[in-house]
Amino acid sequence: MHAHGHGRGRFAALLMSLAMMISLAACGDNVPVDGGGTGDAADQVLFQGEFAGSGASSQQSADEAWIAGFRKQHPGARISYDPAGSGAGVNAFLSGSTIWAGTDAPLTADQLERSRKVCGSGTAIDLPVYATPIAVAYNLPDLWPKGSDGHLRMDPALIAMIFSGKVTNWRDPRIAALNPEANLPDLDITVIHRSDKSGTTKSFLSYLHDTAGSAWPYPAGENWPNDLGQGAKGTAGVIMTMNQAEGTFGYADAAQTTGLGTVAVQVGKTWQPPTAKTVANLLDSAQRDPQASQPGRVVLTVDHRTTRKHTYPIVLVSYDVACTVYRNDQDGSKARFAKAWLTYLLSEQGQRMAAANAGSAELGQGLRSQAMASVETIGGKS
Amino acid sequence: MSEKPDEAATLNKAKRVDRIFKACATGAGILILLALAAVTLFLILRAFPAFTGDPDSRTQAIRSLSGGRASSFLGYVGPLVFGTILIAGLALLLAFPVSLGIALFIGYYAPARLSTLLSTVIDLLAAVPSVIYGLWGALVLVPNITGFWRWLSVHLGWIPLFSGPAAAPARSVATVALVLAVMILPIITSVTRDILIQAPRLQQEAALALGATKWEMIRLAVLPFGRSGIISASMLGLGRALGETMAVLMILSPGFSYSLRLLQASKSQTIAANIAAQFPEADSQGVALLVATGLVLFIITFIVNYLARRITAKAGA
Repeated sequence: MHAHGHGRGRFAALLMSLAMMISLAACGDNVPVDGGGTGDAADQVLFQGEFAGSGASSQQSADEAWIAGFRKQHPGARISYDPAGSGAGVNAFLSGSTIWAGTDAPLTADQLERSRKVCGSGTAIDLPVYATPIAVAYNLPDLWPKGSDGHLRMDPALIAMIFSGKVTNWRDPRIAALNPEANLPDLDITVIHRSDKSGTTKSFLSYLHDTAGSAWPYPAGENWPNDLGQGAKGTAGVIMTMNQAEGTFGYADAAQTTGLGTVAVQVGKTWQPPTAKTVANLLDSAQRDPQASQPGRVVLTVDHRTTRKHTYPIVLVSYDVACTVYRNDQDGSKARFAKAWLTYLLSEQGQRMAAANAGSAELGQGLRSQAMASVETIGGKS
Repeated sequence: MSEKPDEAATLNKAKRVDRIFKACATGAGILILLALAAVTLFLILRAFPAFTGDPDSRTQAIRSLSGGRASSFLGYVGPLVFGTILIAGLALLLAFPVSLGIALFIGYYAPARLSTLLSTVIDLLAAVPSVIYGLWGALVLVPNITGFWRWLSVHLGWIPLFSGPAAAPARSVATVALVLAVMILPIITSVTRDILIQAPRLQQEAALALGATKWEMIRLAVLPFGRSGIISASMLGLGRALGETMAVLMILSPGFSYSLRLLQASKSQTIAANIAAQFPEADSQGVALLVATGLVLFIITFIVNYLARRITAKAGA
């Protein structure tokens, strides 16, 4: 009995050290490419203490990079981001337990009203900080002749017909007509979608809603609207499921779709594969949402029906929520941090860091200066 | 003569120890009641807004959580209850005969050394956390069982239960039930074995002496003795299957219907896995709704336990 317990202890120690090695290795992957300034003594005093945020899991890898980069400039700051999900993140922010929240959906009127309780004056502001192309992906390994590498071409109506179960086989003439060179197999299409509530789903559905016309009968929401195909939890679950069987067809953050083929979507008369560059072009032409006209808010509506050249139309835009003045913030450290943090995120350097580490699109100059105008108001009139 | 006071002191001390022990035991008993009451209270209080709030925002929350497929609480929780009971029931159906077989083998057929080894293995399996079974199911079982389910749907597809097209990859109710069966097997086996080996030796020998074969002896002297224990072991397993979250979440492609087509994807979802999947992105009204479904699960497990009590009480009498 005694020897048994001893052995178990040793086994536990082995497991523990293994786990530590793995987590250390994982940290290694996220080393930011670009650090920047070394920070001076004044900064260290300015950002002493702990600063917490939480929210959308889509921002997680970007936030890890941003935290590392920000800490290079301000070594005194201890920053954490809990990728609990958009809803949970906004709830935590509205209860006053975090300084900022990341969310894939802009604040609702109700949330905005509740933000008066945590913000010292006025309501909270939401600013776009992160954008990533959503790819429509498939698992068809022998689609193209050996050596050549291409994208299946699809128009919005065809994508909608597959996701609503009207086109069910890869050899369907409607797919073949757009892709005469592809070696389409006689295989059922298995549609893969998110099973959890997700901003990615909402962005993708609103694209279909805007572009596919009568081919897409469902409203846009954060949950998948039909029982076709299969649902999987999180982007990782979707990618894992798609890799497990040939003939699967789904949508996911383009940076995560390695090993799968991606669809070139029809835009005007051209076919656009998902890239960070082409989706950044879409954001450059995005309009401010007239519904979100409260002071400081920068909420975007993208034109899914765009016909501009070199523009990919399906995008997930993620926002950060903060106050301009914080309640219970006598020394002003919360507001100072929020201002510095958002300034860093919206800087060219911060955007480049996210692009390199999370595969996101860099927000353009025009959009960043609009958002910066709001950031400048944080901490009152100064 | 001088022993008398000494004896009294010992007696007094024994009484005091007795009292302390009684107080501890009573305290533990009350603590579990308090914990149960606290959980019930939490569920009811937090679920309250799901029934009393503004009707428009309630409908809105239900439509949002179900992707527009339900607009009333009953319409939302109904398919989830169906899915929960279907998956847990199937898992029990698959696990029960095998568990009984293993328990009888360990107790009555296996040579002593093998039976000790098997017992140890079963107890070890019972301690494996469910996330491990979930990982195994999602990464190993799903890709490898897809072909078998397809074969089954082609050849036995005329039975509605097995009608195709079988899901590829096989993230269906059938696969989840299989993984849950493997998961609850060790618990059922372990408890059943402990009961069965306590069957009275004399009755077994009497049966054998009357010319019964070994199977007849087990049927006459062992199984009737263990009946109530076997049932409570099954209920223990069923309880674990009903509340299982991680494995279902990782394997099942969830759906929202009252379908018995076990091999097709996106037909059912369990309450526990649904809460885990929807909670992170839920707003306050959504959270209340999810807690309300949790309350329903709580009631289901109560009913299951109550039924088990009734059955075992009858069997014991």
